[in-house]
Amino acid sequence: MSVASLLAAADTVPAPDVEWSALSPFLVVVVGACLLLPIAGLLPRRTRVAWSALFTIAVALGAIGASAWVWHDLSRVGPTERTTVAGAYAVDKFSLFLIVVICVGVILATLLTEGYLRREDLPGAEAYLLYLASASGAIIMVTAADLIVLFIGLEVLSIAAYVLAGLHRRRLRSGEAALKYFVLGGFSSAFFLYGVALIYGATGTTNLVGIAEYLATHRLLDEGLLLAGIGLLIVGFAFKVGGVPFHVWTPDVYQGSPSPVVAFMASVVKAAAFAGMLRVVVVALSTHRLDWQPILYAIAVLSMIVGAVLAVVQSDVKRMLAYSSINHAGFMLAAVSTGADEGIAAVLFYLAAYTVLIGGTFGIVTLFGRRGDGHHDIDDYRGLARREPFLALALTIFLLAQAGTPLTAGFLAKFYVIQAVVDAGSWWLGLVAMLAATISAFLYLRIVLTMYAGVTDADVEVAEPTAEPVRRIHVPLGAKVAIAAALVLTIAIGVVPDPLTHASRTARPELVAPGD
Amino acid sequence: MIVGAVSAHLYLSLSALLFGLGAIGVMVRRNPLVMFMSIELMLNAVNLTFVTFARELDDLAGQVVVLFVLVVAAAEVVVGLGIIVSVLRQRPGATADDASLLRG
Repeated sequence: MSVASLLAAADTVPAPDVEWSALSPFLVVVVGACLLLPIAGLLPRRTRVAWSALFTIAVALGAIGASAWVWHDLSRVGPTERTTVAGAYAVDKFSLFLIVVICVGVILATLLTEGYLRREDLPGAEAYLLYLASASGAIIMVTAADLIVLFIGLEVLSIAAYVLAGLHRRRLRSGEAALKYFVLGGFSSAFFLYGVALIYGATGTTNLVGIAEYLATHRLLDEGLLLAGIGLLIVGFAFKVGGVPFHVWTPDVYQGSPSPVVAFMASVVKAAAFAGMLRVVVVALSTHRLDWQPILYAIAVLSMIVGAVLAVVQSDVKRMLAYSSINHAGFMLAAVSTGADEGIAAVLFYLAAYTVLIGGTFGIVTLFGRRGDGHHDIDDYRGLARREPFLALALTIFLLAQAGTPLTAGFLAKFYVIQAVVDAGSWWLGLVAMLAATISAFLYLRIVLTMYAGVTDADVEVAEPTAEPVRRIHVPLGAKVAIAAALVLTIAIGVVPDPLTHASRTARPELVAPGD
Repeated sequence: MIVGAVSAHLYLSLSALLFGLGAIGVMVRRNPLVMFMSIELMLNAVNLTFVTFARELDDLAGQVVVLFVLVVAAAEVVVGLGIIVSVLRQRPGATADDASLLRG
């Protein structure tokens, strides 16, 4: 073929329509990330950390504003849902809801990181850049309507997250966490990609709409290829959310990573992975529900039980919270396994509430870690309530909310999951969920009781002469704002849940063919 | 047409075999660099699968995917080597078994 005929052929290839206004939340984050480095480079070294943090928060708020605008646009003018960029980018309330959750996670993590970077004497700006880069990957994941786009989003999200885990370069533990996260994350991504390849082989397309249509209209001669593909996809997702038996990386990575980064990983990474799981497995592969339901059911039961039981026997608080996050993932997986609309709404509510709770919890854990981020043994928390009454009270509220105490965000999150599960007819799963909630309550109470337990007189007499007096914990402004905001939201969602409940019920993932 | 002469099943079997070898490599080998190489082997096995299916289905999309995967793998190499080097610099000659500060 000559060059001329090649050029003539290129002219006939239609460029996909791109609806820029619908892409605006994503564009705000990407452009913000690109601008952050040059701006930070121009700032004087002394104020770089603070101004970069402010800029990152402004970008996240801008993305929230853009999402609200697109949401309003969707409600006002029909059609309600659509796709753009040749059917690869879904514009629906599901993705907008999760973009807001992701941006809230970024804001909380940024506020906490600001004080952390100063305390640990680390250079600024890179952490925020990585937050924004990772968040842009998360946004690709929640909006992807094509398996390959989903994979690219997953990698953008993960590669930035690996670096975030190793942010504290001088700490050996941080590097070790990054190495483990990287090797196991890359391993799981390969499984995910193999699943995509097999589904492509079975259905002839990677587009979710195309897959759903093909499966609805064709009878496959050989189901094996598709089923293997579904299984590998679920393995990939389960790795990212930390579901048992694919959870082995979670405790190590949570323990070794900088505490503010853990808040980011637990909220944003999980939200993106659950979004992908809901859209791909629950919606696009709904014709094969009987095949994937038992797998998710088993992972959910294992995660809830193993997470709760192993959390109780840990002695490091960050490890305990890692296992408790596995337990939370189990709850969300239980709601996913119902495959019903109610289950999807329950997962969305859970993700929103969990982002706030985990941001507040790890905010206080960051402060309690003191310089070096190393004081996380349960014994280091003994008697903290006497020295730091306000922080201890706030941590108590966050932990009780995670346990599911009424009048907090955590109660309704768990309640909706159990309601969805029972409505779908899985009594046993509901029973296991309640049992797991009871076991994990013991873990949260253990931390709370340790904080409020006074130091015994014998300990004081032994310790007093040698140990230098423990200084009060300095609470930086960013952490104050983050913890206060998380506290207010935790209580507000618990007392007035209706707006969030309503939003999570309207936000259903839709599959719409492009171009109509 | 070499592909036409050999059944697609052979290509799929070969890529499954390569993928399995890579997965075993990650689980068995203890050198972080070799584990990382095994992950790359897994990704390339998937690329072979994509190309085979694209050929079978006579669909260009499967071949385009391979280019995306190559780019992603290259990005992973950059970050992965950076992490491995920064860990090895603090602790020369470390294997995955030495990375045991984090346990509970």
